[in-house]
Amino acid sequence: MTTVAPERTEVQKGWIGESVARKEDKRLTQGEGVFVDDVKRHGMGYLHFVRSPYAHAHISSIDVSAAEAVEGVYGTLTGEEVAALTDPFFQIAGAPGGAIRDFSLALGKVRYVGEPVVAVVAETRELARDASELVEVEYEPLSVVVDARKALDGEAPVLHDDAGANLMWEGVYEWGDLDAAFAEADRVVTIDELHFHRFNSTPLECDGALVEYNRGVEQWTIHTNNQFPGFAAIMMGPAMRVGIDKLRFVTQDIGGGFGNKITSHPQLVVCCLLARKLNRPIQWTEWRTDFHLSMSHGNERWFHETEVAVKNDGTLLGFRTKALDDAGAWLRYEPLGGVIWAQVAPGMYKWRNIRVEFTQVATNKAPVSPNRGYSRMQQLWFTERVIDIVARELQLDPVEVRKRNYIRVEDMPYETPNGCVYDSGDYARMLDTALELIGWDRMDERRAEAASRGMRLGVGIGSTLDSGTNNFAQSRLINPELQFSGNNEVATVKLDIFGEIVVTLGTTPQGQGHETTAAQVVADILNCSPDDVHVRAGHDSYWNSHAGFSGTYASQFAVTGLSAVKGATDMLAAEIKKLAGAVFGGVPADALELADGGVRIKDNPEAFLPFMACGAIINANNAGLPEDLDVTLNCRYVYRPPFQVPDIERKFGNLTLTYAVQIHVAVIEIDPDTGYYEIVDYAAVDDCGKRINPQIVEGQVMGATAQAIGAAMHEIFEYDEDGNLLTPNFYDYHVPHALDMPPLHTGAIESPSPFTPLGTKGMGEGGGAGIHAICAAVQDGTGKIVTDSHNPYHRVWELLQ
Amino acid sequence: MDVAVSVNGTVYERDVEPRKLLIHFLRDDLDLTGSHIGCDTGNCGACSVIFDGKLVKSCMLLAVQANGAQIETVEGLSEGDELNALQRAFREHHALQCGYCTPGMLMSATALLRDNPSPSDDEIKTALQGNICRCTGYWNIFEAVKAVAR
Repeated sequence: MTTVAPERTEVQKGWIGESVARKEDKRLTQGEGVFVDDVKRHGMGYLHFVRSPYAHAHISSIDVSAAEAVEGVYGTLTGEEVAALTDPFFQIAGAPGGAIRDFSLALGKVRYVGEPVVAVVAETRELARDASELVEVEYEPLSVVVDARKALDGEAPVLHDDAGANLMWEGVYEWGDLDAAFAEADRVVTIDELHFHRFNSTPLECDGALVEYNRGVEQWTIHTNNQFPGFAAIMMGPAMRVGIDKLRFVTQDIGGGFGNKITSHPQLVVCCLLARKLNRPIQWTEWRTDFHLSMSHGNERWFHETEVAVKNDGTLLGFRTKALDDAGAWLRYEPLGGVIWAQVAPGMYKWRNIRVEFTQVATNKAPVSPNRGYSRMQQLWFTERVIDIVARELQLDPVEVRKRNYIRVEDMPYETPNGCVYDSGDYARMLDTALELIGWDRMDERRAEAASRGMRLGVGIGSTLDSGTNNFAQSRLINPELQFSGNNEVATVKLDIFGEIVVTLGTTPQGQGHETTAAQVVADILNCSPDDVHVRAGHDSYWNSHAGFSGTYASQFAVTGLSAVKGATDMLAAEIKKLAGAVFGGVPADALELADGGVRIKDNPEAFLPFMACGAIINANNAGLPEDLDVTLNCRYVYRPPFQVPDIERKFGNLTLTYAVQIHVAVIEIDPDTGYYEIVDYAAVDDCGKRINPQIVEGQVMGATAQAIGAAMHEIFEYDEDGNLLTPNFYDYHVPHALDMPPLHTGAIESPSPFTPLGTKGMGEGGGAGIHAICAAVQDGTGKIVTDSHNPYHRVWELLQ
Repeated sequence: MDVAVSVNGTVYERDVEPRKLLIHFLRDDLDLTGSHIGCDTGNCGACSVIFDGKLVKSCMLLAVQANGAQIETVEGLSEGDELNALQRAFREHHALQCGYCTPGMLMSATALLRDNPSPSDDEIKTALQGNICRCTGYWNIFEAVKAVAR
């Protein structure tokens, strides 16, 4: 493993920019983290879901009596009860998808294998599982549609009668002048079909909850690993007919999320209803097979009839394509995938003329939900695939085609054809760094050496624009009736009675080290050590650090979370000075400084008030303070990024605030007799603007790379024609193991964002770069055009035939 | 059935259902929640513990099979409240993110280093191949184990 660090452009001062070892790690390496399944309550009942064995069927009857008769079984819940006690979940879609009625258990019909039908609660995990076997559900199987390309055929069964057809959402995006671009083109490159496959990040901890109901105040406490409580609350409150303050979400440690833990709200509703019905805490921990069958598959997407307008020198003028997105059986976060891709519509390239006809359909498969790189990954893979296919058709070097068309450093900030603003970056320099790391200048030599052993060498490039800090107004491009826009995150910073510096965050970290990086930001402002800063672990929506978009998702903590921390700490620093100024008898703030765990007069360091004294005075010893002293030492700041509502008609406007960038290069060796291949060299170069903690950033780059390798080579949620998932556990769904990891070189440059308070950009979702790098390496090594994002050995062998 | 199991030097006597998995016994009955569960097929290794000196996945054993056994779990690694050398190396090398696989990973590495204090890179990878990590890509875990190897 080698690492290339960026050249230092300034002398570092303070904690920001240092690889501080993480605060979280002491408890986590001692087995003292608190994950959701570790939370226990007296008398709690274990919940197990009875799931559909059919991909599509009417439910003709449900009989829970045998299960309920078992000693130790506390009770059950069915779809009929859910429909009586709750309203359908709010739908993000307008017509036609918005017409579907989605409850937390199946009602009248099942639509995918693994769909929850009945919940059973018992004294032990084992008993709940056994009793589930006694629930009798009669099904009348229906015909099934699993291939999105057939979902709109007249022949296909309709999943949701309320929607009338399997069409969930469609929209046409067109920017620039396509006719002019194609008229100007020397050539039109056509690509019939490209396919981005279905997989997800499979966090090692599955979903879960421990839900308590306080009957006296009619309030639920939901200990859970849901990673976006703001969204869960918006979904659950109206469905359960209660105000959001009745739903208290609490998390501490979360065993990986990657977007896959955003849409557990249906299961959480079931837990809430049962906690109230059975008057006891409800414990639900999903089994691995349940997770694979039912949770948060990534969006499978097809691109049909793609046409690319190019000049003979490789200049790209524009493209048109028809994107077909497979939502699975329910719209749990969809159809937002139908607009999120537009954050990166042109990818890294300067083409100004783009038309995408986007269609999303329902199929008898698990519902899709965000997965690391959500919806942008598909679009970026598409644009990168186009580049390499064009290069091949024109017999040009893929490196040269990229450099000819990259948005350049001098073009930044760059407004894309659809009004998004790429804040900063130097793609060409990143590519050069990556190529240098894998020894690009010796590649012909290596090719020949591999050939001498009967192996084919392939080199491929991929890139990710890791757009972060969403403008939620983009949802209006999907449904103009929606009333969401902007974004926000909250932090509170206070000085407590003994001088403790206490920070709360609205975020729900799943391994990103928020406690550490928040402490670094606070320490620089208060001029203390991160060790002096206590950042409360996890999330609690009853802390005053919760806002509508609170959570950890979509590459935004370094912007939304840390800007909130900075804002609150700046306020606290000002209040400390105000208080000290009063205590010192009217000293102005600019004559004071924070240092050595307190505040002092710059010209008279003897006049020193420790933080402990400040905290004690305000909290417990405040007699005689001036009446107009407006100081609480408990500061709350809501960071609100500068966004406008886009032009809905033109689908034009800025959809995200920052664009971190990753460029990956993969070198593979293919055995032409078998299609087996290995990654023999790999480079990943990152630019996320100012890095608060470079080691944590590099960790995110590494993790995203590993997930890319898994997705490109092994991981797929594949269904048979009857709608059975063929990869329902880690036996069949191969995630990378220690022995699968290639040599890795990492590099970084820093292009600070001009739009964020700290120059940071959210990052962490760079895996798409790797998926494409491997596809491109397969294309290079086989000499055949690669049209699928998933290239296991047998497919490579087929390409070679 | 009655079982007596020593975990990290403390003997626990309990009446357990014969079908209870060892991992559920450790987590649910003994409240030793450091060992985790990440799959239901024995693939992920989050539940790895040392059982009479041998590394095992505690989801692949029944609690009753542990009667009379000496078990070591992640809770027993620290020296008092101080992290041991391997735990410190994991922290210094950023060998964990969410920390969910970490207890199992630490036990696998502990077992390796006891048997083979100077493992090669390939031996480290082979020893950890039964532990899935979805956050780190393993590279920093290899570095952490290497740092402790003699």
